[in-house]
Amino acid sequence: MDKYLEMIRIRFLMMLAYRTNYYTGILIYSINIGAYYFLWTAIYGGKEQIQGLSVVQMTTYVAVSWMARAFYFNNLDREMAQEIMEGKVAIELIRPYNYLGMKTMQGLGEGIFRLFFFSAPGLIIVYFIFPIQFTWDLSVWGLFAISIMLSFFINTELNLLTGITTFFLYNNAGLIRAKRVVIDLFSGLLLPISFFPGWAQTVMGFLPFQGISYTPSMIFTKGFSHDQAIAAIGQQFIWVIILMLPIYLLWHLAKKQLIIQGG
Amino acid sequence: MFYLSMFFQYLSQYLKTRFQYRADVFVEFFSDLLSQAINLIFILVVFGHTHLLHGWNRDEIIFIYGFFLVPFAVFSAFFNIWDFNERYIVKGELDRILTRPIHSLFQIILERLELESLLGAITGLAVMFYAGSRLHLDIDWYDPILFIVFVVGGALVYGGIFILLASISFWADARTSLMPMMYNISNYGRYPVNIYNQLIRFVLTWILPFAFVGIYPAAFFLEKQEWYWYSFLTPFIGIIFFVLSVIVWNQGVKKYRGAGN
Repeated sequence: MDKYLEMIRIRFLMMLAYRTNYYTGILIYSINIGAYYFLWTAIYGGKEQIQGLSVVQMTTYVAVSWMARAFYFNNLDREMAQEIMEGKVAIELIRPYNYLGMKTMQGLGEGIFRLFFFSAPGLIIVYFIFPIQFTWDLSVWGLFAISIMLSFFINTELNLLTGITTFFLYNNAGLIRAKRVVIDLFSGLLLPISFFPGWAQTVMGFLPFQGISYTPSMIFTKGFSHDQAIAAIGQQFIWVIILMLPIYLLWHLAKKQLIIQGG
Repeated sequence: MFYLSMFFQYLSQYLKTRFQYRADVFVEFFSDLLSQAINLIFILVVFGHTHLLHGWNRDEIIFIYGFFLVPFAVFSAFFNIWDFNERYIVKGELDRILTRPIHSLFQIILERLELESLLGAITGLAVMFYAGSRLHLDIDWYDPILFIVFVVGGALVYGGIFILLASISFWADARTSLMPMMYNISNYGRYPVNIYNQLIRFVLTWILPFAFVGIYPAAFFLEKQEWYWYSFLTPFIGIIFFVLSVIVWNQGVKKYRGAGN
């Protein structure tokens, strides 16, 4: 266990060393939030609410979902692809730890760093620019915290899955890119799942993506009632468990047919 | 003439390498298509809840997006310089470029061709024709000509801004992540400018004129008379920004001292 915690710490310190890269990151996210803010105010026009969300709630939704993204987002799939293609994965495999577990911990270190140095200041900046409503209800914050933790795990599991496919596809840059845009849409980052037509919502109910962004953002904006929030978190948790299965299977297969070229 | 023949030389080399890795080209095209589809889905879903976006209807917004894809495809095919700093300055590759007998910027453009991006223009045209037919837009004899002029203008706006950004690396050594930021700002130009506040509208028109890539020229084909003035400004803004960027580039090259070794 110690070594995994150490890994989180090291990744955190590594990110801290390159923190200047993050100032423009905050700016980029603010620009995106701004674009969607104007778009949504135009979409609402004079309407009081759409699908039970008011304009203010919508703006909060956009801001929170982008800032939460800073926490759960990572490039583990690309890092894994790189390590597999360069043959570095061979050394990783003989090291006395679980490679996938280690990757997850690195992702977590990165996420915690961004939570403090990116999301928190970013949210404060955005708070002053756009009309956003924060709740001071501690139970909402608590549920939100649990929910983004689970978002992180679902997203990381999907990244690991994509990363493992490198063993079979050799070059999966296209797949990695495709996965990213699909997640942006189906996770509810660009627009709440409740805005989709009914049949699409039903389909997405069977997919893990909405657990990444929609659930925590809806909890934060109080778009969900307390019971709904609990149910949604339960769903996230089930997905975290279910997704372990294909990862385990593919990883097992991959190790068997692994060929290291050079390295 | 020499430049033209150089262009074709590089073009044929380029095609040879790309046909060697056909699968990559296909995958790239497919993932581009996917991200365009997702932008369209966004528009479609949003218009499930509203009929007008500050006076623009669904098909008009789709048309603007379709138009935007065409100059953007041209830009991505020829001005693939977003990693100029890392690729040329930090690694010292620019020294090699400067010993070549053609203009340094032209040489870099040739080396970094990415013509498969032009496929995005086909998607854009398809989207425009779909939206245009639903809006019952007429095609006049001068429309194709103006279309080409506007597309070139829009691509030059993009090219100009990104060359200006790349030129910064001649002066400031810091690794900048300005380029991705600019990509995000450019997304503002895909929607009608009148949804933004005065300040952003001003910036998008005169400072970072991304509105001239999407909304302004597209407004002409949508027969929005009140925007015609801006539509016709497109090629001029494009040329002004591009010329300006080349001047700045040339100044930067003079200033360039090499990266050591």
